[in-house]
Amino acid sequence: MKPAGPIALQVTGLHVALSGTPVLHDVDVSIPRGRWISLVGPNGAGKSTLLSAMAGLLPVQGRVELDGADLYAMPAAQRARQLAWMGQSEAVGDDLSALDVALLGRLPHQSWLSGLDANDYTQAEQALRSMHAWQWRDRYVGTLSGGERQRVLLARALAVQAPVLLLDEPLANLDPPHQADCLDLMRNLVSSGATVVSVLHEISMALQADDMLVMQQGRVVYQGPCADADTHRALESVFDHRIQVRMVDGQAIALPLSLRR
Amino acid sequence: MRDYIYQRPMVLGLLLSAATTALLLTGMLAGSAGLDDWHALGALLGLAQPDAGSGTMAQIVWQIRMPRSIGAWLAGALLGLAGALAQAVFRNPLADPYLLGSASGASLGVCLALVALDGSLVHMHWLSRLGLTGAAFAGAMLAVAMTAALASGVAQTLRLLLAGVVVAVVLGAATSLVLQMYPHLLQSMQGFMLGSTAFVGWDSCALMLAALLPGLVLAMVLGRWLDGLALGEQTAASLGLPVRPMRWVLIMTLALATGAAVAHTGLIAFVGLAAPHITRRMVRWGARHGVVLASLMGGLLLVAADLLARVVIAPRELPVGVLTALIGGAYLLWLMRRHQHRGGVS
Repeated sequence: MKPAGPIALQVTGLHVALSGTPVLHDVDVSIPRGRWISLVGPNGAGKSTLLSAMAGLLPVQGRVELDGADLYAMPAAQRARQLAWMGQSEAVGDDLSALDVALLGRLPHQSWLSGLDANDYTQAEQALRSMHAWQWRDRYVGTLSGGERQRVLLARALAVQAPVLLLDEPLANLDPPHQADCLDLMRNLVSSGATVVSVLHEISMALQADDMLVMQQGRVVYQGPCADADTHRALESVFDHRIQVRMVDGQAIALPLSLRR
Repeated sequence: MRDYIYQRPMVLGLLLSAATTALLLTGMLAGSAGLDDWHALGALLGLAQPDAGSGTMAQIVWQIRMPRSIGAWLAGALLGLAGALAQAVFRNPLADPYLLGSASGASLGVCLALVALDGSLVHMHWLSRLGLTGAAFAGAMLAVAMTAALASGVAQTLRLLLAGVVVAVVLGAATSLVLQMYPHLLQSMQGFMLGSTAFVGWDSCALMLAALLPGLVLAMVLGRWLDGLALGEQTAASLGLPVRPMRWVLIMTLALATGAAVAHTGLIAFVGLAAPHITRRMVRWGARHGVVLASLMGGLLLVAADLLARVVIAPRELPVGVLTALIGGAYLLWLMRRHQHRGGVS
C-alpha cells in the first residue's frame, strides 16, 4: 500500500547480501514524511539490515531515495545532515564524556578543519536534556549503566538535528519510565515535522507508532496504520499466531501466547 | 566524573615539555662515567667560564649527547603518535605500532637497506639514512598491507591483531634469514634489534622531525574525525565521515611514524602502547589534543629510559629497547590484570 502525501524515503527493488548471504529480497517501501513508522518482525527478518540500507550504510542493489534524490549518490556530509542513524548495540569510546559523545552528533555540520561553535554546544545540550542525560555530561561513558549509555547515544542521534531519524532498538536497556519518555520524544519529533523509523522488539511499544512495517524472511509483508485490524492480523501472522493484539483502554497491546495453554 | 590529574590539556602539555627539557639537559651530562662535568655544560650554555677541557666536552655534547637525547625524544614522540593513532583507528586500547607487524616490517626494510648499502649504522651519510628511513617505511607499509590482506580488511579488530602477530613472526623470520646470508651485518643489526639511540646523529634527528611534524598536524586536523571513529565504523559513516580513506591515511601515517622511529633507533617496545595509555589516565581524552599529548609523553618516556640506560650500569650501557621491554612488559601485565579485574577497559 503506497501512502498518500510527501515521501521522505522511497526504497525500490532493494536487495542486500551480507557476506554473500542474501538478507533482503526485492524490498519496496515508502516512508511518508512527518510520520513515525515502526519496523517489526521475527528475529532474522532483516529489520536492522533494512534500516542500515535506508541509512546508506550498506552495499545494495536497488534504489533508495531521500526526498526524491538518490541516497547512495548523495555527498556523505549532506546525507548525514538529513538522516540520523542510531545502530543496535552501538559502540562508544569509553574515554569520551557524555557531552563529547553528544557533540559528535554535530560532526555532519562541521567542515574537517573547523571546530565546535556555540550552536553545536546548544544542540548537544538540548539533546542531552531531552534524554534526561545532561546531569552526566562530564561523566565518561565507560562509567554509565547500559540504560544511561543508551540515552547518551540517543542524544547523539538527536544532536544531528536531521529531519529523518532511523533508530535501531532505541528502547533497549531503558527502564519503563525512560521507555515512555523516549516514546513521547519520538511523538514530539514527529509533531514538529520529523520522520522517525524505529526498529522495536517490544510489539506493544511498536504499536504506539503511526504506521507499521511488518517484515518476514527479508521481505516487507505488510505496511499499514498501527491502529488498523489488518495490521494486527499481519503482525499475528508473522509471529505464527504466538502473539495476540488486543485493545485495552483504547491502546493496542500485544500479548505473547504460551504453547502450554 | 572521573578525577583527572589535569583537567586542562595545556597544563599537562606544559608539564611534559618542562620535564622533557629537564631530562634533555640532564642527558647532556650523562656519559660513560655517569653524570659528569657540570662545568662543561655550564660553559656550553654560557653560564661558566670555558676551561681547557671545555672544547672537547662541547664537541662531545654537541655532536654525540645532544643529538642522541633529542633523537630519543623524537623516536619516542613518533612511537607515541603511532600508538595513539593505532588505538584510535582500531578502537583497541591495547593496540600499538607493533600491532600490525609494522615494526617487524620496518626492521626487515632496514636490514635489506643495509644489505644494499653494504654499510654500518655508524657514520652513515644522511642520504643513506634517508634511504634507511624510506626502506623502513616501505617495510612497515608492506607489513600493514600483508596484515590487512590476511585479515581480509581492517574492520575486524581481533582478526587484525592475530594477522599482525603472524606477519610479525614471518617478517622476523625473513630478517633472520637475510642475516644468515649476510653475517657481517649481524653486529649492526644486533644493536638495532635491541633498540639503541647510540647511532642517532643530527641527520637522524632531522629525518625523524620531518616524519613527526606532518603526522602531528594530520592528527590535529583529523582529531574530531578520530573521535568519531570511537563510535564504530557504521556510526562514523552515518555521520558523514569518509571512513575507508581516512583509515588508510591514518594507517599510512602510523606506518611512517613507526618506520621513521625504527629506522634510527631500532626496535623499542611498549613506548607506543604506554604513552597514549598513561596520557588517557591523566587528562580528559579528545583525539585533537590527545594525540599531541601522547606524542609528548612518548618523547618523555624514551628520553627518561635512554638516560636510565646510560647511567644505571655506567660505564657500560643497557640497550634502551631492553629497558623499555622490561618496564613496558611489566606495565602491560599490570594493565591486563587490572583490565581482567574490572571486566572492562580502564
